[in-house]
Amino acid sequence: MSLTAEDVNKIAHLARLGIDQHDVGAYAQDLSGMLELMTQMSELDTDNVEPMAHPMDQAQRLRADKVTEANNRDNFQAIAPQVEAGLYLVPKVIE
Amino acid sequence: MHSKSITELAHSLRAGEVTSVELTQAFLNRIKQHQDLNAFITVTEEQALQQAQAADVRLANGTAELLTGIPIAQKDIFCTLGVKTSCGSKMLDNFIAPYNATVVEKLNNAGAVSLGKLNMDEFAMGSSNETSYYGAVKNPWDKTKVPGGSSGGSAAAVAARLAVCATGTDTGGSIRQPAALCGITGLKPTYGRVSRYGMIAYASSLDQGGPMTHSAEDAAIMLQAMAGFDAKDSTSVDVPVPDYSAGLNAPLTGLTIGLPKEFFGEGLDPAIAATLELAIAEYRKLGATVKDISMPNLKLAIPAYYVIAPAECSANLSRFDGVRYGYRCANPVDLTDLYTRSRGEGFGKEVKRRILMGTYALSAGYYDAYYIKAQKVRRLITQDFKNALAEVDVIMGPVTPSTAFGIGEKMANPIEMYLSDIYTIAINLAGVPALSIPVGYAADMPVGLQIIGNYFAEAQLLNIAHQYQQLTAHHQHTPHGFA
Repeated sequence: MSLTAEDVNKIAHLARLGIDQHDVGAYAQDLSGMLELMTQMSELDTDNVEPMAHPMDQAQRLRADKVTEANNRDNFQAIAPQVEAGLYLVPKVIE
Repeated sequence: MHSKSITELAHSLRAGEVTSVELTQAFLNRIKQHQDLNAFITVTEEQALQQAQAADVRLANGTAELLTGIPIAQKDIFCTLGVKTSCGSKMLDNFIAPYNATVVEKLNNAGAVSLGKLNMDEFAMGSSNETSYYGAVKNPWDKTKVPGGSSGGSAAAVAARLAVCATGTDTGGSIRQPAALCGITGLKPTYGRVSRYGMIAYASSLDQGGPMTHSAEDAAIMLQAMAGFDAKDSTSVDVPVPDYSAGLNAPLTGLTIGLPKEFFGEGLDPAIAATLELAIAEYRKLGATVKDISMPNLKLAIPAYYVIAPAECSANLSRFDGVRYGYRCANPVDLTDLYTRSRGEGFGKEVKRRILMGTYALSAGYYDAYYIKAQKVRRLITQDFKNALAEVDVIMGPVTPSTAFGIGEKMANPIEMYLSDIYTIAINLAGVPALSIPVGYAADMPVGLQIIGNYFAEAQLLNIAHQYQQLTAHHQHTPHGFA
């Protein structure tokens, strides 16, 4: 399985990740190398094996629906690139 | 003073031989003197001296704990309130954390003095510390070589005696591998033992924080302060924390050590194999018996890891979007441009490579073939550990296939770099604890022995490491020029 430059650009778009067009060839090569490594897994019969997501197979803990945290909005927004009146600013989305 | 153990320093602080302020100042001076190692990203001199003053008050009024007044340092992956927490990335170069990680909170409460934040591979992705936005860290044993990664700054700082001990994190070997390459002791606890709250996530089902120290005795003290259930971490495990120092001196008579043949085959530097043999011979002297075992699925750990870790990384790192914190590109024309360029300019190559890999593995049409397949392989690897640990008490093996390599040597070939994690990665997939201790040298560079135990068997691992360190002095050796 090897990836083309076009594949890499498509994946980068899915990840909303800007990549230098000079690097696309190298990424295609590296990712193809990784995918080749992964084909080793097909040697192993895993038909009746349950996928493992967590080392303890632990279920997500639930808690009472109560407020536990203080309002920290000002502190959190103090480190934001651009805020106004308590809102995070981004370029205009709707004309 | 700078080569003493935590227990010895705690004694000196109580006996009035030194104050925490004096001790802290001495370490701050050493950090300045050895700046060329590039071990620190941020030195928090002022805060450290304030913490030291507070520690001296506690020492005087009898409320001090073992770590009170001891100068430590934090890997720059742990959020520290009011202090830059960069995670080794340009993306977070401007990020002043608005809260403390639980680990930081716990060590602060214990009265430890934090000297600053340690260099690391960008977002903990790397095995050499060379992917850091702040440049490579040098190995104190040979400044032309890497210290390992991703906790390379932590390992170099402890080895060079720039801090008494340090925190690290381990997703695929990032505590044990740099510990081995720098000749120190490093413990990756059981997954869920140490809180991940405020520890910037790379691969959430694998990440685990732990201590990096000179000795197992120090690691026991540090882990005691770090471990414990935390409601703020949804994967924290609610199991009581034992007294890690209590059993350090238990005899090892009757201990059964398993040596997986897959750990000692092709690819392992013969000089490392020979050094490990000598260490295992010491364990025989201590009353342990050795048994050859096999863990047939270990060879698939690297492919499974390089699906699972990038998949989780691509999900976790999607939060860095230039909107709420971190780097934002200049003059974005629209929202997509804001995301794409902020991420493109903020992340380095290795991080991008893993985001791309993970995005691909999780994309429609490939999810079952890669991600689900890898999770199934993960279960079979875990079963290998469970089977082995039903047969033997602990597993021993190498940490790395070779000693520290040259700075720049493996950067051109990422796959080759990934393969150097062959002996550490499977442990993270299984979630069991493991530690690395220094057991000698190959061509003058430190060699680590890995000891792997069952879930929550940290106390046993520390006991086994401590008994070796009672017989040998490798853990006390200081690199030339740092005595």
